Amino acid sequence: MIKILAYGILLFWLLAVVLGRLFQLDPNQIDLNAILHTPSAVYWLGNDDLGRSILARLLHGVEVSLLVALSVTTVTMTVGVLIGLLAGFYGGRVDHVLMQVTDVFLAFPGILLAIAFAAVLGPGLLNLMIALSLTGWVSYARLTRGQTLSLRDRQHVLAALSLGASVPRLIGKHILPLLTSLLVVEATYSLASVMIAEASLSFLGLGIQAPNASWGAMLRDGVRYMLVAPHYVLIVGMSLMSLILAINLGGDSLRDRLDVRQEAD
Amino acid sequence: MIKRLISFCTVVFGVLSLTFLLIHLVPGDPVEVMLGESASLADRDVLRAELGLNQSVASQFGLYLSRLAHADFGVSIHSKTPIVELIKTRYPATLKLALLALLIGVGVGVPLGIYAALKAGHWQDLLVTIVSVRLSAMPAFWLGPMLMLIFAVWLAILPVSGMDSPSSIVLPALTLGFGLSAILTRMTRTSLLEVLNEDFIRTARAKGLTERQVILRHALRAALLPIITIVGLQMGSLLAGTVITETIFSWDGIGRLLVESIEKRDYPVTQACVLLVALSYVVVNVLTDLLYRLADPRIRLGQG
Repeated sequence: MIKILAYGILLFWLLAVVLGRLFQLDPNQIDLNAILHTPSAVYWLGNDDLGRSILARLLHGVEVSLLVALSVTTVTMTVGVLIGLLAGFYGGRVDHVLMQVTDVFLAFPGILLAIAFAAVLGPGLLNLMIALSLTGWVSYARLTRGQTLSLRDRQHVLAALSLGASVPRLIGKHILPLLTSLLVVEATYSLASVMIAEASLSFLGLGIQAPNASWGAMLRDGVRYMLVAPHYVLIVGMSLMSLILAINLGGDSLRDRLDVRQEAD
Repeated sequence: MIKRLISFCTVVFGVLSLTFLLIHLVPGDPVEVMLGESASLADRDVLRAELGLNQSVASQFGLYLSRLAHADFGVSIHSKTPIVELIKTRYPATLKLALLALLIGVGVGVPLGIYAALKAGHWQDLLVTIVSVRLSAMPAFWLGPMLMLIFAVWLAILPVSGMDSPSSIVLPALTLGFGLSAILTRMTRTSLLEVLNEDFIRTARAKGLTERQVILRHALRAALLPIITIVGLQMGSLLAGTVITETIFSWDGIGRLLVESIEKRDYPVTQACVLLVALSYVVVNVLTDLLYRLADPRIRLGQG
């Protein structure tokens, strides 16, 4: 029941984005007669402080947000898994050094480091993605390293080793495949967390810049005009909630289906 | 213990290095970025010398460390005041907010978790679990505006933002503490349910203790360990959350100082704030570790 709801919401947003494209909703079209208007027949979700359609901006924002989340997750997963494999497989000094580095990154709570990187790199879409990538690989590295460490001594790996398999073959054929379901689930959750991080940074003015739409920046504008136009912040807030809940619920159902045990390392 | 100490020192050193390197990540000339293109050559040279940017990276790092050892964070480029002064005025506000949020988190989360565990399987449990699982995923920059909308705009019983009245702290503290309370609810519930199946609980019941005594004196004590760990781990997101929360509610703490310094490209202040929050987090983690051992005398290092 909840699962259907989650997939339904995801499908709804996907459909909305496609339809928005089809009907060529313009997120930057300004209607000065409709500044901060409540929902109407023309603008289904009302207008923002410049009279732009909230609906069009939401749809544009979710596109950008998904783009950021997908690319950042791809980069961080690749890098993190590689580092984790190296550390877990070779152990010893390599492991020690790499884990010290991840420890330092983990010493910065939450998105603080991403904020710091975004601050020095300057605002903008690319810098935002760099900042999120620089900090996002750590969880993958930790996860992969822990798993690799235990998989390394499994019978089938030792068997392959004694038959003379090379290291890339050992890792690629005998260790990595056992990690895929875990990584897929992790990636789903990290999609949600990257979207949140992107929105947080944009909320702080460090991410996607005007006139481009971003849910984080819209929420900030919504707060600014909360007293005169509460519908703005409410609509953006509800949209954000539905999407994050749906992605997390989707992650849960994926986890159950792939039967991934949540292991603390 | 020594091993912990060494790893603590390396982490602190790593944090120092990383925050030091931040300023070198600025694309182009950081001095030009900070002062703007119109700044005179003389002004630039002064700032460059002040930040030590005309020296080698190694000696810059040495200078940075020795200044920090004297609690000298440098001078704000924007307001020309020593950063230590800024921190002295801002840090207590953040601490106040974080502590109240912690209080809310524990005060709401633990009782609610106990309640859910005692009602395990009933609709009350289901309701509490669903709400805590789902809403804990919601970020502060969502929760803050929503609380503001409900309590400050619609009900108009609390101030929208600022620090003018004593009740100003309520909404930001709720925003910060909410995530913690949701996670603690879940954790307390799980932990307590596990303990309730143990033999010593059956013994306690068998010897005729009241249910209240069984829960409070025996079960809760044993269930405390994971709860402490979670509180410690969550202090991190609490500290990071202050950046967003303080910005939403115009609460003049370290988090807001950080955001303001970024907007003004006041990099020394940015650097100091990042360092301070990260170090606070590291210290909290060490304290958690110690507390953890106090709560369970069985855990000695080497075993635990």
